[in-house]
Amino acid sequence: MTLAMASPGEEVRLTAIHGGQRMRKRLADLGLNIGMTVCVLQHNGHGPLLLAVKDSRLALGRGMAHKIRVELAN
Amino acid sequence: MASPLVNSSPPEQTAAKTTVIALAGQPNVGKSTIFNMLTGLNQHVGNWPGKTVAQKTGTCTHDGQKFTLVDLPGTYSLTANSEEERIARDYIIHGRPDIVVAVVDAAILERSLYLVAELLLLPSPVVLALNMMDVAEQEGIKIEPQVLEAALGIPVVPLCAARGTGIQELIATVESLSAGEISCQPQRPTILPGHQAILEKIRALIEDSVPVPYQPAWVALKLLEGDDEMCTLMQDALPEAIWKQVHDLLYQHEDAILDIAGARYQWIGRMIRAAVVRPKVGQLGMTARLDSVLTHPVWGTVALLAVLGAVFWLTYTLGTPLQEWLGDLVALLAESTRGALAGMPTWFANLCADGIIGGAGMVVTFLPILIIFFAVLAILEDTGYMARIAYLTDRVMHTMGLHGKSFIPLLLGFGCNVPSILGTRIIETQRARLLTVLLAPLVPCTARMAVIIVLTPLFFGDMAGLVAWGLVAAALAILALLGILLHRVILKGEQVAFIMELPLYHLPNLRSIGLYVWHNTLAFLQKAGTIILGVSAIIWLLSYFPTGVVTESYLTLFGHWLEPVGRWMGLPWQMMTALLTSFIAKENTIATLSILYGDLETALPAALTPSAALAFLVVQLLFIPCVATVATIKQEVGNRWTLVSLLLLLGLSLGAGVLVYQVGTLLGA
Repeated sequence: MTLAMASPGEEVRLTAIHGGQRMRKRLADLGLNIGMTVCVLQHNGHGPLLLAVKDSRLALGRGMAHKIRVELAN
Repeated sequence: MASPLVNSSPPEQTAAKTTVIALAGQPNVGKSTIFNMLTGLNQHVGNWPGKTVAQKTGTCTHDGQKFTLVDLPGTYSLTANSEEERIARDYIIHGRPDIVVAVVDAAILERSLYLVAELLLLPSPVVLALNMMDVAEQEGIKIEPQVLEAALGIPVVPLCAARGTGIQELIATVESLSAGEISCQPQRPTILPGHQAILEKIRALIEDSVPVPYQPAWVALKLLEGDDEMCTLMQDALPEAIWKQVHDLLYQHEDAILDIAGARYQWIGRMIRAAVVRPKVGQLGMTARLDSVLTHPVWGTVALLAVLGAVFWLTYTLGTPLQEWLGDLVALLAESTRGALAGMPTWFANLCADGIIGGAGMVVTFLPILIIFFAVLAILEDTGYMARIAYLTDRVMHTMGLHGKSFIPLLLGFGCNVPSILGTRIIETQRARLLTVLLAPLVPCTARMAVIIVLTPLFFGDMAGLVAWGLVAAALAILALLGILLHRVILKGEQVAFIMELPLYHLPNLRSIGLYVWHNTLAFLQKAGTIILGVSAIIWLLSYFPTGVVTESYLTLFGHWLEPVGRWMGLPWQMMTALLTSFIAKENTIATLSILYGDLETALPAALTPSAALAFLVVQLLFIPCVATVATIKQEVGNRWTLVSLLLLLGLSLGAGVLVYQVGTLLGA
């Protein structure tokens, strides 16, 4: 599934990022790298997602969330 | 390769024995607060040579030794994919600061050490400033600085810059390091095994051709990360056949970034495991508790409306009376000047009193509102709430190709377009910023609203309230439509994905806010202020000469020239002249009309048909902004885009005016 399909409270592991090198680099700089676990804090089906990533909180646009493949972490 | 940034170090650097410290750090880690605490008013805000990114340099003394501080732009990493990142690393590589102080946020140590992992690969020795220890504590995180120091192999100084603790220890540590009393033997991250051999291969290929002062291992790593600048550099430096080999390797290993970033996070993980004790699972930190309300779709919006209401209330109850009081003061000053210059030719006394003091007065009367808005902006940004506003408004702004960060600048426009344009500085991407600057003048400011409020009842009587609201709604609808259009058609380009950090909440630092307000206000006075003064004097001269009577002046002559354009909108020359004078200040519309028509209440409704009146109000609302706003646009985005903005607004306002008049006339109004 993609990150955009994850529900609030779910912990997911990133398995693939569909995007250019630049986008993957940008995401990796902010802590979103393949193999890493993030927790979805808020997601109400529209608008950006709020994620907990390594102690920090990131707002991520839906467009981007659609391009990130994830699996449930537990 | 000679970098333009080499010359950017302040003159103090060449003087004997000053130690140059570069402050590096990710956004929101409190880097500016440390800079402000160390330098106070001994700082200079300019631009990096040839760039639009602000450069802050300053000095401080400790134990009789002088230090020069350079505040590098806040960046998440050091790959040259954005102007800020390029500036930060070019400065460290070419400017060779004696010490780099890497500022990290103790509360989000894991993420903010990422930049440190990159900084340690560059030649300058690094001191780690472990900032926001208080916020970390408040979030339930415990850090042992000595353990971190041992693990990293570089000096670590815990501090809480917003409260001023640890600042002296930081500068003392920098001093000891530069004097060689303590050492810096950093543990550097490497690359995960998957791409180790490839990295080695690339390094071997480029080794002999890497230009000074770059180091082959670092360049090889950056090439694998897909760094544009290094690709160009090595393409030029390497023989074609070898570059082809390198390029092929890079192409096959585009995914190397995963192993590079992965290795950095593993390295960080080792540091964290050693030195950090986290809160128990399920224990909510202060930020999480606040955010459960403040970013909530419903309660968050309610809170946002309350905050915005407070901002406007503050502006109007505090700013507007001050503005009026300053206006009266300027008028008084103008009169006494006229009196003092009684012996001089009348035109000269009038120029000084009305043109120059009047123009300067306008600049001065902007100040209360500007200062309030700068302070609000600084507080919202400093506490971390700004990012929440951006998060909440992102969905709406998204339709215009903007993201949430454009919301606040546009909102400020209801007060005055000048802080609105200046406020676009908080938008990181150039494209989104430009789009916001182009849209901002369409937000009706208080002065435009004043004109609407005075004129609408004259034309529309009881219907005035409805018409006025309709006009404002129409202006905002046009803003949204123009935004969508510009986003889809003209400024298409790269759609920058929305990804933004929501920093942890913390109390604002008064000193930082004070300095922010001070520097921004000063910059406005210096740059935009001089332009406003000049243009206001020129327009005054045009409205005075040749005879000293407005109706016979050059300005009126221009108004007559514009009569053909006015005819399409059913507007006589007087109305066109009023539009022209509104360029100095929107309020002038009323003043000019009173001079040209005498008694507005009877003359105006008689001079215009309802269609023409509506057309005039529409044009007035969408017309090119006042000279202060135009000067600010020029200061912020340069000549070319200012011209685009002016032509756009001119076309839009006149087009809308013609449309309203022609349709209205067809309908028989």
